Amino acid sequence: MIKQERMKVVDQQSIAKHIFELTVEGSLVDEMAEPGQFVHVRVADSFEPLLRRPISIASIDKESKRFTMIYRAEGRGTQILADKRAGDEIDVLGPLGHGFPVEQAEKKAFLIGGGIGVPPLYELAKQLNSRGIETVHILGFESKQAIFYEEKFKALGDTHIATVDGSHGTEGFVTHILNELPHDFDTYFSCGPTAMLEAVQWAYPQKRGFLSYEQRMGCGIGACFACVCRTTKSETDYIKVCSDGPVFPAGVVIS
Amino acid sequence: MIDMTVKIPGLELKNPIMPASGCFGFGKEYAQLYDLSQLGAIMIKATTVETRLGNPTPRVAETSSGMLNAIGLQNPGLESVSNSELPWLEQFDVPIIANVAGTTTEDYVEVAREISKATNVHALEINISCPNVKKGGITFGTDPAVARELTRAVKEVSSVPVYIKLSPNVTDIVSIAKAVEEGGADGITMINTLLGMRLDPKTGRPVIANITGGLSGPAIKPVALRMVYEVSKQTQLPIIGMGGVTDVDDVIDFLSAGASAVAVGTANFVNPFVCPEIIGKLPERLHELGYDSIQELIGRSHRL
Repeated sequence: MIKQERMKVVDQQSIAKHIFELTVEGSLVDEMAEPGQFVHVRVADSFEPLLRRPISIASIDKESKRFTMIYRAEGRGTQILADKRAGDEIDVLGPLGHGFPVEQAEKKAFLIGGGIGVPPLYELAKQLNSRGIETVHILGFESKQAIFYEEKFKALGDTHIATVDGSHGTEGFVTHILNELPHDFDTYFSCGPTAMLEAVQWAYPQKRGFLSYEQRMGCGIGACFACVCRTTKSETDYIKVCSDGPVFPAGVVIS
Repeated sequence: MIDMTVKIPGLELKNPIMPASGCFGFGKEYAQLYDLSQLGAIMIKATTVETRLGNPTPRVAETSSGMLNAIGLQNPGLESVSNSELPWLEQFDVPIIANVAGTTTEDYVEVAREISKATNVHALEINISCPNVKKGGITFGTDPAVARELTRAVKEVSSVPVYIKLSPNVTDIVSIAKAVEEGGADGITMINTLLGMRLDPKTGRPVIANITGGLSGPAIKPVALRMVYEVSKQTQLPIIGMGGVTDVDDVIDFLSAGASAVAVGTANFVNPFVCPEIIGKLPERLHELGYDSIQELIGRSHRL
């Protein structure tokens, strides 16, 4: 169920260049289930900035009623969010959307992420691991300074890093790594820039895959029709990324 | 006991608060969050004869205390709204105001005739003010003679009272209001969004794919309030006022300016519970101000 709650900030850390890890606490965490869902955060009580910011859920800790978001502070709203400190409160609406279907993986899954698309894959990896699924993580970043959670992913399975400038790991994109890896998995899950999602779908046309899309959003709950995408089903068919997604099976969304 | 009820053509409202068209879909999303029967009414998303897929994305952009949108009247079309969306809304004890849009007079007439037959549709809101479609929409709302004739044509076929939704993108909104009054309108809803744009500072390109979009949110409230004030002064028609309403004092302002009821738009995106919250606070605020009913407040700015 979707809830709106003023949640307590427990911790905020800068974990890479412009990247922040924010942990908050509250009963809204009880509603969280699927990895890949997101929350819609109001960063100020004023109307400046006006709209909420959609932020993906990086990890969920039901016992302590805490969850962690990882976001890039580059715009007005996220910069205000980056100033929040332990003890502050933030207005959170969520959990929103449909996440990754963990039950679809059988034995081994590839988790492919790019930049700020990496965070939801962490909770996904944890949940897949707890179901006995082996996970391989292929993560792309701009540069060495932009990398986060490398060690945390390594603790959960094989982890391969690509950087655009070659300052760490493989030089180039995640697809350069995918080309070198055996196709010995049954399911892939991916989140990142649209171009990356396209490339991943091309790389594995025969595999079962699930992709998390990004679109500029308004309401976050499916009412405003800002984040629609056409689909491959028919000329008139469409989906709303916020409420029908953000995760869709490969081959459905025309981005 | 504060009397929250409002009576205007076709509508006996338990309170004067309703979500504005285009900001509430057909109610399904918000029904997950609260009981829609609390609302005074619901203005459903614009309906056209055929399914419309709307504009390319990006469709929204944030601005200072506001937002631009160019959704492009995306909707499932008359048949689907009549057979599926409206029957679904019947489970709630709330009157529906159906927003009607089109590209030709015939379009408006067809939608108005059919949709006004639905048992829970108590009034129509004729959208002659959408700034985001290439044909129709705003072109009907900027010329008084055209607006009058469209009003006449719709009035002739509608089974329920007809409210005309006015555009602020005109030199003289009063002349449009008077024209639709002559055309037989039962009421006015105002204002639709203000045409605007935003550029990407890096590329210099418009952020919205449609290039321009309609500005809404707190930024437009002073413009909306001024227009409601002017129109209520110079026409006899009841007004459902809207434009940047976010809290109970905004509602007080619109009622004072001459609106009989108030719609909440963009604020639903910021706080999805905003309508029931305002409804909850309204009686106490009225009491604090020394009023016993909504009715006493309507148009008080003109009496000073």
